[in-house]
Amino acid sequence: MRAVRLLALPALLVGVWWAVSGSTFYLPDPVTVGRAFAETWFSARLLDDVLPSVGRLLAGYALAGVLGVALGVPIGLSARLRATLEPVLEFFRAIPPPVLVPLIMLLAGIETPMKVLVIVSGCVWPVLLNTVEGVRALDEVLSDTCRMYGVRGQSRLRRFVLRGASPQIMTGLRQALSIGIILIVISEMFASSSGLGFTIVLFQRQFQIAEMWSGILLLGLLGLGLSALFRQVERRVLAWYHGGGAGIGSAG
Amino acid sequence: MSRPGLPPKAAALVRAGHGLVGLGGLLLLLEAVPRLGLVDERFLPPASRVLATLAAELGTPELWAALGATLRGWALGLAIAFAAAVAAGVVIGIVPGLRAMTNSTVEFLRPIPSVALVPLATLLFGPSLGSTLLLVVYAAFWQVLIQVLYGVAAVDPVAHDTARAYGLSAWSRVRHLLWPTALPYVMTGLRLAAAVAFILAVTAELVIGSPGLGAEIQVAQSSGAVPAVYALIVLAGLVGIAVNAAVRLLERRVLAWHPSVRSEAAA
Repeated sequence: MRAVRLLALPALLVGVWWAVSGSTFYLPDPVTVGRAFAETWFSARLLDDVLPSVGRLLAGYALAGVLGVALGVPIGLSARLRATLEPVLEFFRAIPPPVLVPLIMLLAGIETPMKVLVIVSGCVWPVLLNTVEGVRALDEVLSDTCRMYGVRGQSRLRRFVLRGASPQIMTGLRQALSIGIILIVISEMFASSSGLGFTIVLFQRQFQIAEMWSGILLLGLLGLGLSALFRQVERRVLAWYHGGGAGIGSAG
Repeated sequence: MSRPGLPPKAAALVRAGHGLVGLGGLLLLLEAVPRLGLVDERFLPPASRVLATLAAELGTPELWAALGATLRGWALGLAIAFAAAVAAGVVIGIVPGLRAMTNSTVEFLRPIPSVALVPLATLLFGPSLGSTLLLVVYAAFWQVLIQVLYGVAAVDPVAHDTARAYGLSAWSRVRHLLWPTALPYVMTGLRLAAAVAFILAVTAELVIGSPGLGAEIQVAQSSGAVPAVYALIVLAGLVGIAVNAAVRLLERRVLAWHPSVRSEAAA
């Protein structure tokens, strides 16, 4: 019964896909797309296009995470600094990240550094602002307790500040991940000679419709895989917060 | 700032003063760095020139047409996604068993980045409003749907049973019980969706070339008009701030009766 419930709708959707696919040129049937997927991506392309894209994404994302937390902690701790920088940060956050692609292309060319820079410049804001928010909202009683017990410096930072702010930091990192995926694809579609985004646009321009769909499918799977991976990491990092990992609450 | 002994109004003023200092500092920095030759002026024009370019651009009808096109794609896409997501969320929420049936599909489709649909949009619609709408609607739909589902799940079971016992029809249960409960969640969904929709509207223009701010940026960049690129990016940021502020205002209006907003206003 459970299996039926789980699979009924997906089966129905694939059925509809199959039924519709005969009537239009733009939508090949599932088998054709599946075959194109296997032929296209289980080949040298996996090494040449997919892995470098994912590598750039992860490099930029990690850099943005470190930068966001490193800048967010001092800003969150100082009320004056926060009041001074808040409008500036809100402005930078309000810029839709994709518009930075043409600008950064101008500054850094179209090679790997440009793409990493684009990802950093887009992903850093949600991490930074959420870190500021998390550090600002730290429990004052705990803060006083730390002072009383002489917990300071490194130890205070690690055990109290970063720990206490980690739920917010993880929220920022989750937002940054979806922005990062958008940016890596766009930066490759915009100007590139390799990578996932470039390849998919190339298929589209050459009217290789089944291959194009297989690329859309791959991007979907990539998004799905990365968000599942993120949930695992989040569950580990925030196990203390959710009460021994007894399931993650519905807080979105 | 939580400075003790200062009345709230004065504290807000001090805070705004600090904010102005921050903005002024940024402008000064962006003026000084290229003027002192730390970065080539060709790549980073001084802030004054960028702002002058922005002012000049704001005097041209083309810019306003582009801005209008962007906002139209944003608003139309957001409205379609919102209506569809609320309708789908309520139906999934109230029909028993439907939630369990759709769960796996929703969780599968939701993380798919909507930029994956760029080639499809190009193929189907080319550089037009249709492409923008496809990306915007897909991205915004899931944000709202998830929040509606949370909201529907938050209905108090006792209140629900009471409404049934008193013989309220299905429609009045939705109207008087489910909708007020879900509304704060729905508004959160709308706020998240509005921000994402703006990003995707600009993206569609930038990558596919649908008319709008993004297309203008692309044209300015490929013709080497660097100050114009910066000016348009500043404008995009300002529009982003306006979009966020507008949705927040709407949220506060719509939820004026809700305890979370009431207490905020009283403080």
